[in-house]
Amino acid sequence: MTTVEPIDAITFPAPRGGCPFAPPPAYQEALERPVSRISLWDGSHAWLVTRHEDVRAVMGDRRFSADARNAGFPFLSEGRRELAAESPSFIRMDDPEHARYRRMLTGDFIIKRVETLRPEVQRIVDDFLDRMTSHHPPADLVAEFALPVPSLVICMLLGVPYQDHDFFQERSRILLRNHSTAEQVRRARDELSAYLEELAERKAQDPDDRIISRLLARGDLTRSEVAAMSLLLLVAGHETTANMTALSTLALLRDPVQLARLRKDPTLIKGAVEELLRFLSIVQGGTVRVAVETAEIGGTTIAAGEGVICMLSTANRDGSVFASPDELDVGRDARRHVAFGFGVHQCLGQPLARLELQIALETLIRRLPGLRLAVPAEQIRYRTDAAVYGVEELPVAW
Amino acid sequence: MRVSVDPDRCCSSGQCVAAVPEVFDQSEDDGVVLLVLPLPPAELRSAVRTAAAICPGRAISVQES
Ligand code: HEM
Ligand code: SF4
Repeated sequence: MTTVEPIDAITFPAPRGGCPFAPPPAYQEALERPVSRISLWDGSHAWLVTRHEDVRAVMGDRRFSADARNAGFPFLSEGRRELAAESPSFIRMDDPEHARYRRMLTGDFIIKRVETLRPEVQRIVDDFLDRMTSHHPPADLVAEFALPVPSLVICMLLGVPYQDHDFFQERSRILLRNHSTAEQVRRARDELSAYLEELAERKAQDPDDRIISRLLARGDLTRSEVAAMSLLLLVAGHETTANMTALSTLALLRDPVQLARLRKDPTLIKGAVEELLRFLSIVQGGTVRVAVETAEIGGTTIAAGEGVICMLSTANRDGSVFASPDELDVGRDARRHVAFGFGVHQCLGQPLARLELQIALETLIRRLPGLRLAVPAEQIRYRTDAAVYGVEELPVAW
Repeated sequence: MRVSVDPDRCCSSGQCVAAVPEVFDQSEDDGVVLLVLPLPPAELRSAVRTAAAICPGRAISVQES
C-alpha cells in the first residue's frame, strides 16, 4: 500500500498553466505519484490516475465500469450527471450490453470501409477551403473549415440533413460544457433526442442506405434506442474532430519547424496526426470509471464504489513511454498514445477521425502556403470549460 | 514468431490492421480481428510487436521463437 499525499490537493478541473497545449500542471505533477485524490464539483472525491501504464490498466479492466448507473460513478460536472441520467448510450454501458450495441456499428467504422470515403472527404475539405478562401482574409478557421467538415461527414454517414447543423451544433456544445446547468443539459438532450426520434420516424417510412435507416431495418431496436445511438455518433462525430483540426493547425502555426517538416515531406502526415493526438489530448477531462470490485492500481487499493478519472493527457506525456514528451515531434512514432482511450470503449470513430484529420491538415498545408494567424497568439481564446479542448475561434490569413 | 488472436477480447479498433495489414484484417460485418498470417516473415515482426503493444483489447499474443 502506498499512502497518497497531499490528500485532496487537486480540484477538478485544474487550471492550465503557461503552455496552452500542455495539461494542467497539477495533473502533470501527479505523474510523480501512482494515484492521487481529486475533488469534484459536488464535493465528492475520486482517484486520479495519470500514468500511461496505470491508465491502460484501468481502461482494460472490467472491474472498472463505464456504467453511470453504478453507485459512486464520478461525474465531472452537473451537466454530465444529467446527461447520463436518461436513455444512456453504449459509451456508458458495460459488456455484454455495450458490445451488443457497439457491434451493430463497427462494420461502418472499420478502416477498409472508412478508406472508401477518402475521395468524398477530400471533396468536402476542398469545397469548404474554396469557400473560405473565396473571400478576403481573415477567416475564422473554426467556423469556416474545422467545424463544417466533420459535421457534414457525420451527417452524410448517419443520414441527418446537414442544413440542421446550427440546431445540433449549439446543443452539442451545451452538452459538453462544464458550466451547463442540469436544466440546460436536460433541455438540449431532450431536444436532440426528439429531433432524432422524429428523423427516425421519417426514415422508417422513407429509408435510405445510411446508418440510421440500417439500424431501424434490423428490427430489434426501438426508435429511442436508435436515437440514443445516433445522438452519440452525431455529438462525438463532429465536436472532437472539429476541435482537433483547429487546435492542430494552431499548434503547427506556433511551431514553424514542425510545420516546415510537414510541408517538405507530406508523407509524414499520418504519423503527424498521431503525434498531434498525443500532444494535444483534447479529451481534457479524461475518461471516467467506477470500481465495481476492489482492485489495485499502481500499488493503491481502490475499493468497489470508488470513482476513477483516467487522465489521458498526462498518460500521453508519460516520459517512460514517450521521450521528451513535452515536445511536438511530427516524426516520432506516437502510436502508443491513449488519446482515443483504451480497452473496449476505445473510440469507435477513430479510423474516421484519422482520415478527416489527415486530409484536412494535409490539404490546408498544401493549398495555403502562406497560412498564418490573423491576430496575436495571446488573443486566442481556449475552450478550457468543455469536455473537449480546443479554441473558440481561429482567425487566420493566407 | 507465431501470432495468435483472441476474437473474444478484440474490440474492433483496427489498430492492428493499421500497423500491419499483411498480418491482420477485420471482418466486414463486425470488425472483429482476422489473422491473415500467423507466421509473419522477419521484416514484419517489429510491426507485429507494435500491434500487440497498442491493441486496446490485449487480444494479440506473440510467441517469439
Ligand atoms: C479526434 C477525434 C476524436 C477523439 C480524440 C475521440 C476520443 C474518444 C475517447 C477518448 C473515447 C473513449 C471514451 C471512454 O472510454 O469513456 C471515445 C469513444 C467514442 N468515440 Fe471518439 N473521439 C474522436 C472522434 C470520434 C468520431 C469522429 C466519432 C464518430 C463517428 C467518435 C465516436 C465515438 C464513439 C461512438 C465512442 C464510444 C465507444 C464505446 O463506448 O464503445 N469519436 N472517443
Ligand atoms: S488491435 Fe486488437 S482490438 Fe483492435 S482490431 Fe486488432 S485485435 Fe481487435
